[in-house]
Order: sequence, then structure tokens, then C-alpha cells
Amino acid sequence: MTTAQQPAVSLEMAREFGLSEGEYNNALEILGRQPTYTELGIISVMWSEHCSYKSSKKWLMTLPTTGPQVICGPGENAGVVDAGDGDAIIFKMESHNHPSYIEPFQGAATGVGGILRDVFTMGARPIANMNALRFGAPEHPKTRHLVSGVVAGIAHYGNCVGVPTVGGETNFHPAFNGNILVNAMTVGVAKADRIFYSAAAGIGNPVVYVGSKTGRDGIHGATMASAEFSEDSEEKRPTVQVGDPFTEKLLIEACLELMETDAIVAIQDMGAAGLTSSSVEMAGKGGLGIELVLDDVPMREEGMTPYEIMLSESQERMLIILKPGREEVAKAIFDKWELDFAVIGTLTDTGKLVIKMHGQTWCDMPIAPVSNASPLYDRPWEPTPAAAELEDAVRALPADKTLGDILEKIMSCPDQASKRWIWEQYDSLVNGDTRFMSGQADAGVVRLPGQSKGIAVTTDCTPRYCLADPVRGGAQAVAEAYRNLSAVGALPLAVTDNMNFGNPEKPRIMGQFVGAIQGMADACRALDFPVVSGNVSLYNETNGEAILPTPAIGAVGLLPDAMIAVGIAFKNEGDTILLVGEGTGHLGQSLYLREILGREDGPPPPVDLAVERRNGEFVRGLIAEGLVVSSHDIQDGGLLVTVAEMAMAGGIGANLSGLDGADAGTLFGEDQGRYVLAVRADKAAAVQEKAKAAGVPMSVLGKTNGTALTGRGGEAITIARLKAANEAWLPGYMAAAE
Amino acid sequence: MKAAVIVFPGSNRERDAVAALEAASGTKPHLVWHRDTELPKVDLILVPGGFSYGDYLRSGAMAAHSPIMREVKARADQGVRVLGICNGFQIITEAGLLPGALMRNAKLKFICRTVHLRVENTDSPFTAKYRKGQIVRYPVAHGDGNYWTDAETVKRLDGEGQVAFRYVSDEGDAAPRWNRNDWNPNGSLDNIAGIFNAKRTVLGLMPHPEDAVSAFHGNTDGKPMFDGLVEALS
Repeated sequence: MTTAQQPAVSLEMAREFGLSEGEYNNALEILGRQPTYTELGIISVMWSEHCSYKSSKKWLMTLPTTGPQVICGPGENAGVVDAGDGDAIIFKMESHNHPSYIEPFQGAATGVGGILRDVFTMGARPIANMNALRFGAPEHPKTRHLVSGVVAGIAHYGNCVGVPTVGGETNFHPAFNGNILVNAMTVGVAKADRIFYSAAAGIGNPVVYVGSKTGRDGIHGATMASAEFSEDSEEKRPTVQVGDPFTEKLLIEACLELMETDAIVAIQDMGAAGLTSSSVEMAGKGGLGIELVLDDVPMREEGMTPYEIMLSESQERMLIILKPGREEVAKAIFDKWELDFAVIGTLTDTGKLVIKMHGQTWCDMPIAPVSNASPLYDRPWEPTPAAAELEDAVRALPADKTLGDILEKIMSCPDQASKRWIWEQYDSLVNGDTRFMSGQADAGVVRLPGQSKGIAVTTDCTPRYCLADPVRGGAQAVAEAYRNLSAVGALPLAVTDNMNFGNPEKPRIMGQFVGAIQGMADACRALDFPVVSGNVSLYNETNGEAILPTPAIGAVGLLPDAMIAVGIAFKNEGDTILLVGEGTGHLGQSLYLREILGREDGPPPPVDLAVERRNGEFVRGLIAEGLVVSSHDIQDGGLLVTVAEMAMAGGIGANLSGLDGADAGTLFGEDQGRYVLAVRADKAAAVQEKAKAAGVPMSVLGKTNGTALTGRGGEAITIARLKAANEAWLPGYMAAAE
Repeated sequence: MKAAVIVFPGSNRERDAVAALEAASGTKPHLVWHRDTELPKVDLILVPGGFSYGDYLRSGAMAAHSPIMREVKARADQGVRVLGICNGFQIITEAGLLPGALMRNAKLKFICRTVHLRVENTDSPFTAKYRKGQIVRYPVAHGDGNYWTDAETVKRLDGEGQVAFRYVSDEGDAAPRWNRNDWNPNGSLDNIAGIFNAKRTVLGLMPHPEDAVSAFHGNTDGKPMFDGLVEALS
């Protein structure tokens, strides 16, 4: 080991880098000496929460991750499932919460860039993007600026790379005032026998760097993402990376072109902790060593140190292990796309990470002992106490409000109001393969390029349920994803999870995490809906205030033909409106309770997984037989809100004679496992017979008719009125700043 | 009909264009890389949408100087039909095939939605299959679609039948001149959505007929454009 000029390492410095004293001592023991400055930087990011999953791993291991449809579960850049006929679907959801709060435009943009790379690095052409966003209270002074920046950043990146953004969800709650959530999901398609993995192989094989040049941006971003925010978080702006979607688009095309040759042994994107995590993970998975010569790394700035190069999170970069002698083939492709290409090292048999620059050695440490020693914690946790049931009296509709006023209020509240202002900024149509996008169906639907086969994509979570009961909330998020896929007619395949929580060192928060995982695991098992990829974002707290627990679920389903997919819009006058499933009038944690009665209490609705499965299978069966005209699952806001959305989407009203005399529980209860369907009147009897035969509860709500919701004995509520209320809130809110 | 689709770094709607052309003509169009200097013999050159060169400098400005554009201009001069859609409209305008400029949308945001257009002139192979005054629905997806030119040019465009499409309301109402209202998605001058050159052999438009050609799209209003081209150029 040469003595290169580097700052002296101390425990104090290790603490600044986010290591605990125990972790630092462990590093001393493994190396048998003081780490160099560069080594300390590398160890600190490898052992950061963000890269090591040290608080969450014990519990993530309890999720079901296998099934006949799974080609590759968690552990790779993204999950891979079988879509039949030799096609594979590759997908993942990932958070970019901390950077997006500090610099919303670039934070969100690079979040999209990162998740795209995770998917195309495995050989998939990205075909759909989604995003799940949570912001603070609308009246919080930062919220408007954050909504504006995040949405513009997602649009900037996703639109330019030419991947349609086909859906997502957006919530507002004061608990996100200091920590917003930006969870981005990408779905891609590949041939099942042409999937690329990250494990390096072949001693002496060249290690190749492609993409953008390396700069000083994002150094220690992974460490930032592993700590709570405080007043001075603004000062962390330099740790946010800057994205270039144009380079990403070229990188997608160049990588996919290279993947058509046989030149690649292994490939991985440089995400969090950049060159450090990519080189260490690739060599580590292959049980090999790796030697890098950093003089050969394409650099954007002069005078960068090995420490800076190894920890930079500059975007749009990939690390590739090539077969020997294929450098020229590969270089020609990257030259064509005008991207940097450099051989920066070789694989070795030493099991060590060796970093050289300026003729000196800056890092020489064993990979496996450091990786394997990355700490694993069994953090203490407390179960969340059960919420008291609501009193029966809440079921009575208030005497001082008309039903129209109540529905209007719910349709225009920030969580329920139309998010058109957001999704019209996303190109949802590029590629010409989009069947359904935001506002048209319960899931986004795209067909595979050049095929009629389709996939459905959804993201779901109800954070207020998770706060009240993490176990139920976790199960509900998975069940809702299952329902949203079933509602369009797609067979649910698998799940990606994006676990957003507060500080896991607090037993109450750790209890939320443990509870959510338990609920998710139960639901995934019961629904044959395994988790194939995921991401954990902890420490979402500011000055000790944690976010609502948000285990966001992204899920993918398969349609034999995208054209069979059914949207939410009423299509014809006189169709019969049917309710699938039955409710108990559960108002705990409902939007009705919060928006009309001003209360946020009670338990969230229970989830009966056997019922979810039975009802989901039944609805998919009806859609496959072509019996369903319109389909919408019942979620936020309950039955009447669901019917109102179907009416607004189609511009056709409904006569709801089946709801005569219904109370608030029936109209607005958020009981799970339910769907509203519209079928042609002459098919209604046959559909009801099928329900009876399948043991599925079904009732007639009424028929599609006119331009208003009528026939419950009360006043007519016009679609125009509901639409105005539903569409006005977000544009009005955003315009108030302009 | 033989067609070529030009691909620049950052183009992203070339697949949509290829699919629409192939569906209408039964022939796969040539994909031509921007650094090529020669074009195959074709009846139609399509410059597709996307973000050529990342929209750096100005949308379409850098692509307009790509090697292949010299050849595109030469062919256009010979009367070969050229169709520029979205970023393609920006590129051929920057290259001087059409007058005017495309500026940032009036509301400064990217916008993706289906809009209503009125077909203003059917005396071209691009629009021959429509009725004059017909209202059609095409999607738009752009951030820089705000067409502008000087007063004299706009008068000429109007007088000589060079306006191909205008944004109108869903009921087909033409707005008063200069009206920046909700159904004009970008604030374009005179509600212009697409224009011809003087000979009506070149069409540039912001909306995407290629994403409205099948039952799958839930919209077939763009199909007559491609059918018309095939009929005229085969």
C-alpha cells in the first residue's frame, strides 16, 4: 500500500460519513489497519442504510418472492416475470424522496432516470412509467413549489426519453410537510432468454465505463438519504444530482443495441454510490476482485480525487464487463450514439477492490469481508395499538347537508380531486402502444411493442390506513393493486414495493415497518402475487416528525390481448350497474369521515384476502368473456364516489334506484374487495347467474342514464357539477401562486 | 408509397410513425440515421417527433443542421413530400422548409391531451381524404408548440391556403384571432396547428396523427392523412 496524499482518517470523520463507532471499529478489524480516506468513503456508503438495507433486511426476507411466473426476484437491478411466449416483463419502483425535497425538479427527474436504468440495464426496453407522489398539506408554504418542481422534473425526464407515463397517484397530508415522497416505477419488456445480470465473470475481462462523464455531483447522496432532515437540509443541495434525459435516451438505445451482440458478460447502472456500488456489487456477486485505474474515467471536471470519483453520483453512467476482445464492437456502438466509452479496469482473482490513480494505490481492500460485514440490525419495535371502532351514529347522513353537497366536497378534496393538471404534463402516448392512461381505467394499459398482448400497471397505497393499522394497511395496499389490475381484466403477476418510513431507530416507527411487511406478506401469499423487486427509504423525518407509513406497491398484470381491457367510463345509456362484493358500511379512516365529519379516526377497513381473490377472479373472468362494458374498483370515497367517477369519465349519468334510503356507510364506506361494473342490460341476468354460481355477492345498483346521478329519492346531482368540483381544485391551487 | 423516416439522436416517435406508415402502405419505411448523407429514393420523407438533441439550444435547431437535412431540403426542392410532426415540425421550420418559429407553450408547460382541429385546406395529399372544415381529434404532446410568425407572413399563409389545421373548440368554433384560450393548447398565433409550404408539398404540424390511426388508439382521425398520402403517392 503506497502512502498517497489523503486526509487522515479518524473516528470523528467516520461519524461525519454516517458510520457509528461500532461500525468504524469493525472496519478497522476487517482491514487490520486504518482505512484510507478513499476506503472510508467507500465503506461508509456500502454500509449506509440506503445501500445495505441494514434495518430492513431481516423483515424484507419474510416477503414471498417466488412463483411459477418469477424469472428473477429481489437482488438484481429489477424484478423479472414471465409474460409467456418468450417475453419477460422487468420492473421496479424506487424512491427519490430526500433529493426531491431539497431540489424538486432535479431530484424527481433523476429519480425517473435511475429507475429507467435499473430496468434497461437488464436488457429491457422501457414501455411504461408510473409515479406515486405524496406532498404536505396544500396550505404549507412549500407544497405548491414542490408539486410544481416534482411534476415538471418527472415530465422533463420521462417525456424526453420517450417512455409513456401512464398513471400514478398523488396524496396530500401534513405529515409530508417536511418529507415528500417521490416514488417512480418503470416497466420494460425483454426476451426471457436475453436478460442481463450484474454478476461479473472472467478473470482478466475488461471493465468498461459508458455514458456521461463523471463530475462532483451527488457525492454522498446515499449517505444523505440515510439520515433525518433538520433545519440545515437546504445546505445539502450539492448532494443532489443533475439529470440529462437526452443522454439517457442515447444510453438506452446504445445499450439495447450492444445487448443484441454477444459482447456483454455483465452490466449494471451506476446508481446510488455510483462507481463504488456498481464495481463492488458486480465483482462481489461474481466472487472476484476488480482493479480500476481512475485516470481513464471520463471526467467532466479537472482535479477530481479518487474519493470524489468513486463517490460521485453523476447520472447516466453504466459499468459493463465485456468478453475479451469485444471492446471495438462495443466502442463502435457508443461512438455512433456519441457517448463516452472507456476501459477503466479489469477483473482479478484477488477478491479485492484496488483503485489506482496517478500511479498510486488509493484503495486496496477485500470486497467480500466488507460486503458481508455490512451491518444487519434487528431493531426494537413496538406494534401499533389498535384504533377504537367508530360509534354506529356516524352512519347517519348529516341532516344539514344535501347528498350533492357531500359528494361535491369529497370529489373536490385534495386527495380525491382530479390530477389532470399533473398527468397532462406527462407524455402518456409516445410509442403508440398506450391503451389506457390516467383517468381512463384503474390501471395503465400498454401493449407490448409489435404485439397485441398487453400489460396493466398500477401503484397503490393508502398511507392513512397504514398509520392507523400498519398490518391492515400493508395488506390493503397489495389488495388494492390486485383489484386495480383485475378491474381492467389483467391477471396480476407480481409486485414491486417501495417502503417509505420514518426513523427506524424509533421502536414505534420500526413497528410500522414490521407491521406493514406482515400485512403485505400475508396478502402477497394469499393472492399469489410475489414481490420481485423493491426499495426502502427510511429516515423520512424532519425535526422528529415522521411521515405517514407508506409502503407503496407497484404491480404488473398480463392481458392476453390489450383490447379486452375495460376502462371506468360508462359507455351506453341503459346499461345495468352492478355491485360486486358486499360492504358493512365501514367508515373508519374513510375520506367521508375526514372531509365531512372532520375526523381521522377508527380502524381502516379489514381486508379479507380470500374474498379479494374470489371477487378478482370473478371480475377477470367476466371481462375475458367480453361481458363487461365499464369496470371500477371501490376505493377512496366509497361506492358513490366510484359511480361518480364512472359517470364523469363517460359523460353519462346513472339512476341508482338500488341505493334508495342508503346511509353514509353504504354510500361512502370504504369496504374492500368490491367493484362496480356496467353491463349491457340484456346480459345482466346472465352475469347475475354467474355471480350466484361463483358464490360472489352481487346487487343491482341501477342503470346508466342521463346526465346526472338520480333515483336515490334525493336530488339529481349533475355530472357537470361534479366535474367542475373535481377538476377545479388542483389547477386553481397551482394558479394561486402564478 | 415508399417512405423514409429520419432518426436523430433523441427522436422518440419514429416507431409510431413507422407503424402508421406501414399500416397504411403495407410497406416498411426506411429508417435513415441523421448522419447519413444519402436518402433512398422515396415518395415521402417523415421527420418524426421527439427531443432531437435534447431540445438543447432551441427545439429542432441542432437537428436542422444534421448532415441528412441537406439532402432532405434538396429532395423537398424537387417536390418530394415532407411531413414534419411535432419535433419534426420544429426541425423543418428551423431548416427553412416552412416559415415561422415554434416557441414555448404559452402556459410554459408540456401538454399531452387530445385536441380538436379544423381541416383548413384539403388541396394536398396530406389532407385530401378530409372534408374542408371537418373537425378532427388528434393528440398533442409538446412543450414548444406555440407557432409564431410576422403579421405579413401570417396574412400570406392564410390568403394562399397554407394553413392546414387550426385548433378549435370541441364544437368546432373558431376562436377570434389571437385568442389564447383553453382549447388552443399552446397559444399559437391565429390558432395555427399546422402549415404547408407554398406548393403544399411540405406539411408541418404539432399534433400527432400517427397516434390516432387504429381502434387500439381509440381514435382513427389520423388515418385519413396516411391513407391520402398512400393514394396520392403510389
